[in-house]
Amino acid sequence: MLDVEGLSKSFRGLRAVQNASFAVPEGAIVGLIGPNGAGKTTCFNMIAGVYRPDAGELRFAGQDIGGWRPDQVCAAGIGRTFQIVKPFAGLSLLDNVVVGALLRDKNVSAAKKRAAEIIERLGLGAKRDLPASSLTLPDRKRLEVARALATRPKLLLLDEVMAGLRPTECDQMVAVFRELNRGGLTILLIEHVMRAVMALAQQVVVLHHGEIIAQGAPAEVVRDPAVLECYLGEETEV
Amino acid sequence: MRQLVEGVPRRGLALLAALLALLAVFPLFASGYLLAVGFLILYFAYVGQAWNVMMGFAGQLSLGHSLYVGLGAYAAAALYVHFGLSPWIGLGAAIAVCALAGAAIGFLAFRFGVAGVYFAILTIAFAEFARIGFDHFAWVRGSSGLFLPVANYAENDLWNLRGSPTMFYYLMLGLTVGAFVLCHALLRSRMGYYWLAIRESPEAAQALGVNLFRYKMAAVALSAAMTSLAGVVFAFYYNNLFPEQIFHISRSIELILGPIIGGIGTLVGPIVGAFLLTGLSEGLRELMLRLGIDLPGVKQVFYGLCLLLVVMFLPDGVWPPLARKLGLQRKR
Repeated sequence: MLDVEGLSKSFRGLRAVQNASFAVPEGAIVGLIGPNGAGKTTCFNMIAGVYRPDAGELRFAGQDIGGWRPDQVCAAGIGRTFQIVKPFAGLSLLDNVVVGALLRDKNVSAAKKRAAEIIERLGLGAKRDLPASSLTLPDRKRLEVARALATRPKLLLLDEVMAGLRPTECDQMVAVFRELNRGGLTILLIEHVMRAVMALAQQVVVLHHGEIIAQGAPAEVVRDPAVLECYLGEETEV
Repeated sequence: MRQLVEGVPRRGLALLAALLALLAVFPLFASGYLLAVGFLILYFAYVGQAWNVMMGFAGQLSLGHSLYVGLGAYAAAALYVHFGLSPWIGLGAAIAVCALAGAAIGFLAFRFGVAGVYFAILTIAFAEFARIGFDHFAWVRGSSGLFLPVANYAENDLWNLRGSPTMFYYLMLGLTVGAFVLCHALLRSRMGYYWLAIRESPEAAQALGVNLFRYKMAAVALSAAMTSLAGVVFAFYYNNLFPEQIFHISRSIELILGPIIGGIGTLVGPIVGAFLLTGLSEGLRELMLRLGIDLPGVKQVFYGLCLLLVVMFLPDGVWPPLARKLGLQRKR
């Protein structure tokens, strides 16, 4: 469904992502992991249209989406969440999600109805009329997911939505994503919470210093010496 | 209509109806002076509402709205003076000219990533271009001013907008009510949701499929077009236009104070703000006159004081806390 081929991006000489290639098959859940600063979010931002790749190709559902604007990428069927949450602080939780729903449901009352369903599904029903600014961080992360889901994506990009959640909350989220996946949603997630990655991902891609150092099934990847080295911080040449 | 009253507490509707009734019968017992004050209040309520579409809804700060008042006024007045065209036809020209001017400024800003205060400066710049440009624009008599022929006010001629202050008062009342209804509908539309989203977080809005350029352009063009109507009425009410006055930056500032004090982004805020500012400042002037005190600049000091108090104690404006106090919040 998503094919990333030779993707590269530099910021003033700093190579954030170098020649990254991986694929997200339709119906899969793929985890993108790596230490802080490995280039995961940069990768996401290129897929979502925030940054234009310096080189490489991004193919989604048969279209070359490299260099598209974020709203075009979203309309093509890729929903995303932000690692640093960006709620519409002055709007109620429901209205936040309605904005997302209006992409496909142009009618406001239809959009409201669907937004309410999604909020319910993510366990935020009781808070739907509160301003988004009053939500706790875990709830804001849920709101990010709810908004992205409201755009009816075919592929969902999740950027550390489990961070800060308690283990039980984390498990609830995992259950929600599993259910969505069973319903046909393809998911690419960046995650530090290994509990969630191991539970969800069928395939894992490991980034380190902007380069992909391993990919494969989660159980294999975590035993890979290169992965262990970058995570456990073995001495490397400087 | 049903959508308009949905979710508004009964008390709010009763208050609104009472206010409308009061405004409707006001000219029957008001003196000429009071009627002029009433006209000014409605005028500022209207332009405040128009400005609010851009800033309060879509979050784009314009400090150059005098541009649209002036262009609208000049467009209709020049067509009337030169070709004898009715202001209602001039209105079409005014709307077109202002929507285009707004779109041009919006295009320059939004295409090239001019945002925030830099966008605000751009809006000032264009109003200043117009002020200086019109000073030398011979077709509209340049800096010596454009005057409309003043006929006797024996009969109200609505088609040519020649008539008594009462006629203008009702015209302005109609516009203010119309703008309120329009903004109410806009805020509940898809576009309204998108505007609020852009105001709150452009990045998040864009990630949800909102075409920022298109919706920001729509806000600027619509706000400009709405403001132009006030310009047309202004021209035919005062019968004289000077670039130095109508395009002046103080005019732009004056018209944004109402919504800021009343409550940016609210529907009632611009109206409350206009009542407070114009009503109180005229009252103050009258009081000073009675007391025989002659202090130039009292109005400006008064505006400054109001702004200071609101910024310090009511950062959301007067209306939101007032609505809570009165129990007038809309239920969803």
